[in-house]
Amino acid sequence: MSEQPAPADNILELTDLTKRFGGLVAVDNVSLNIKRGEVFALIGPNGAGKTTLFNNVTGLFQPTSGRVVFDGRDITGSKPHQVARRGIARTFQNIRLFDYMTCLDNVRVGRHVRMKATVFDSLFKLPRERREEERVTEEAMEFLRFVGIAKHADQYARNLAYGQQRRLEIARALATDPKLLLLDEPAAGFTPQEKVELMKLVKKILGRGITVFLIEHDMKVVMGISERIVVLDHGEKIAEGSPDEVRKDVRVIEAYLGKSA
Amino acid sequence: MSTSVFTRLHLRDRIRDRDTAVYSILLILALVFPMASIYATDGTALVSQATRAGTFVLLAIGLNVVVGFAGLLDLGYAAFYAIGAYSYALFASTQLVTLGFGEIVPQLFYNFDQWTGGINAVGGIDQPTLPAWIQGPWSGDGPFQVVRNFNFGGDPVAFYVLICILIAAAIILVNNLYRSRLGRAWMAIREDEVAAAAMGINTVTTKLLAFGIGASFSGFAGAFYGANVSLVSPDSFLFIVSITVLVMVVLGGMGNISGVIIGALVLYYVVYYLIPGLPENVRSLANSIGLSSETTRSLADATQHLNYIIYGGILVAMMLLRPQGLLPSRVREQELKHAAVQEEEAAVEMEHAT
Repeated sequence: MSEQPAPADNILELTDLTKRFGGLVAVDNVSLNIKRGEVFALIGPNGAGKTTLFNNVTGLFQPTSGRVVFDGRDITGSKPHQVARRGIARTFQNIRLFDYMTCLDNVRVGRHVRMKATVFDSLFKLPRERREEERVTEEAMEFLRFVGIAKHADQYARNLAYGQQRRLEIARALATDPKLLLLDEPAAGFTPQEKVELMKLVKKILGRGITVFLIEHDMKVVMGISERIVVLDHGEKIAEGSPDEVRKDVRVIEAYLGKSA
Repeated sequence: MSTSVFTRLHLRDRIRDRDTAVYSILLILALVFPMASIYATDGTALVSQATRAGTFVLLAIGLNVVVGFAGLLDLGYAAFYAIGAYSYALFASTQLVTLGFGEIVPQLFYNFDQWTGGINAVGGIDQPTLPAWIQGPWSGDGPFQVVRNFNFGGDPVAFYVLICILIAAAIILVNNLYRSRLGRAWMAIREDEVAAAAMGINTVTTKLLAFGIGASFSGFAGAFYGANVSLVSPDSFLFIVSITVLVMVVLGGMGNISGVIIGALVLYYVVYYLIPGLPENVRSLANSIGLSSETTRSLADATQHLNYIIYGGILVAMMLLRPQGLLPSRVREQELKHAAVQEEEAAVEMEHAT
């Protein structure tokens, strides 16, 4: 693999990605390209295979066939921690925080992958480990401030309000220094006010040079922030384009509302 | 409101404060105990016992890394204890973590009899000494050597001091780990393995590290044990040792080092004092209330036979009374509290539904 293309335009390329569970085809031959620095949305009815697609990208599942190329590198079949190291971070549809760790520690776990301390350093609290811990604590606080929950730094994650938990999950993901951030239904269960704030937050994330790939049900959010949309139904890609194009697409309307008689 | 105040900011300080108190008490006890017991009993038998208890404290601190921090189960823990003891025994004299491994290692030592003496055990192990360059030129037997060669041989207090130092070192090292990158990674895996992996933690190597570090403490304790009793036999490392140490950790309060130390001491007392001493106590009790010598004997025999049942009963009672452990970590306490609240809510819902 020496023909490494110079910084590719596409941060993520999925080629003919298929994931089967026994007889069920959860993701069926999906190809898509995500450009550096855009907000790309994945929508579709429940059970369309959106989260499965995320899991295939982040290494939680091994795709049955097809390729995942991230930042010019083939990462098909990589382990989750390898994917995270390469620079893909994610949040989960049903929030998966470390419940009985403080918010600060949650974010510091996110920083783990960018830390260098060895077991030996930690065991004997060597000066370089101390310095790194101090630095990482500062950085973690910075991430908490970025998402606006710094004042809860020392609370257990499970004691946060729902919306704050979603924010904390984003902060934890950002702490891994990702190039690509996958958000799995970040606005689920949000009030309209919270949705507006979330959209602002996504813009801010974009401002840091991070590409955002999100799954979302709420059309206002999707149409409001994403530049391009792919629609999945029964594991198949049925439409791709700008929000306006997708909104008018017949197959999309059918998938959501059923065929008109 | 009250819950949020409880969990806010002072959480850490409160844990530190409680730990500081426990450690201070333990330190004072450790200092006073040898003097008091030698003064009271005019002998060092109790100090030797305390040293044995200290070995278990060291074992429990190590296992706490595996069970309490990383949330893993290690049933072959005594194997490393055995390996440590035999390593010391073999080198100092003339050395996967499954239930299977825990069983294999003692069997191996049983059967490798040309080296380990089989069931006859390795005896006459040399006692540790300090190297001459530490002791200085003034030690020894020559004319200018005014101090006796320092030797642990035959002095239980020396071993007692050594185990106290080892425990103190272990506490510091394990605490350092707990408050490090690795400690957080263990906690994260315990809380949610999938999320931990998605955050870039290599769950396999991190878990192996927990096993490895736990095992190294176990091995260390084993080496100390070998040096201390200067006789290692496979019987000292049976499966029951793994279980006992595990119970020490759970009983003391998983994940909380000071709790685990207390748990180890309490359970050591129960297993090696209370239970073996029971028949004798029952006998004297029966005697003093004037039962016939026949009934006295049968009662004592019955307690003897029911040893393990009584032990089990004590464990069950302790788990019922304090499921979170004697001195639980705050996390564990909260987990159980929330679980209880959820159960109650579920029960209430069920009632409404019917």
